[in-house]
Amino acid sequence: MSAIQPNVQPPVSEELELVRRAKRGDDAAFEELVRRYDRNVFRIAQHITQNREDAEDVVQDAFLKAYGNLAQFQEQSKFYTWLVRIAVNEALMRLRRRRPERMVSLDEDVKTEDDSLPREVADWSPNPEQMYNQAELRDILTRTIQGLPPGFRTVFVLRDVEGLSTEETAEALNLSIPAVKSRLLRARLQLRDRLSRYFQKRVSGDGNK
Amino acid sequence: MKCTEFLSELTNYLDGALDDRTKSELEDHLAWCHNCYVVCDTTRKTIEIYRNSELYELPDDLRGRLQSAIMTKCAAHKQKKPGPQKT
Repeated sequence: MSAIQPNVQPPVSEELELVRRAKRGDDAAFEELVRRYDRNVFRIAQHITQNREDAEDVVQDAFLKAYGNLAQFQEQSKFYTWLVRIAVNEALMRLRRRRPERMVSLDEDVKTEDDSLPREVADWSPNPEQMYNQAELRDILTRTIQGLPPGFRTVFVLRDVEGLSTEETAEALNLSIPAVKSRLLRARLQLRDRLSRYFQKRVSGDGNK
Repeated sequence: MKCTEFLSELTNYLDGALDDRTKSELEDHLAWCHNCYVVCDTTRKTIEIYRNSELYELPDDLRGRLQSAIMTKCAAHKQKKPGPQKT
């Protein structure tokens, strides 16, 4: 089986050029950075907050914070990784505000290694996406990922949906590389397990199985 | 190789982050362990489905509104505190 490749990102040098122009006060360059990454920040924010209004606020606040603190960006990492770090923190803050009764932290739900062993292994249909119409599929995928603890969900979204590397994800979330890998494994296995309910092979005449 | 050992390397395997020797040990295991084969295959599909899902795409009209709001706030910030970029 071939390895899954992360999404292609634009060359760093071009991005760095924009950042440097923005640092010198060129707002058009900053606007270009906004246009380049606003969709990504919105997706990440909505995955974390699970609320559209919060996600809209996170997009605005994250870019404004980036703008105001551009001088502090040391250019040792990609601007995008730095921006994601700001956006994740803003999003977690909003999630905590909305759910004060629950502790929201990237460190929660870290259990022993054995909890991720799949209990029941049912094979999927060859083309699971085609078992449902587009609206049904979106609903299934949204509900399934929303069921993951925030710490797992965030790692999965950054790594597998947005295509950040393990190192970039660790940097953006202030986690160690082993912590990212462990959360990613469990996030992937939990999602797989939950999706199996919808995507497993069906034998005709036997409802669900 | 036991199934638990296979699972602990699954993420590295799917990400292509293994040395040749470990990779071939994993593939030997996959050749005879149907359960691990299914878990590996469906985990890969899980990642691909989410990657292609386009959940939470930003609609164009909202995107335009957010972009102008951001740039307006940036301009206001600059006025209040000229030269945010100066150290």
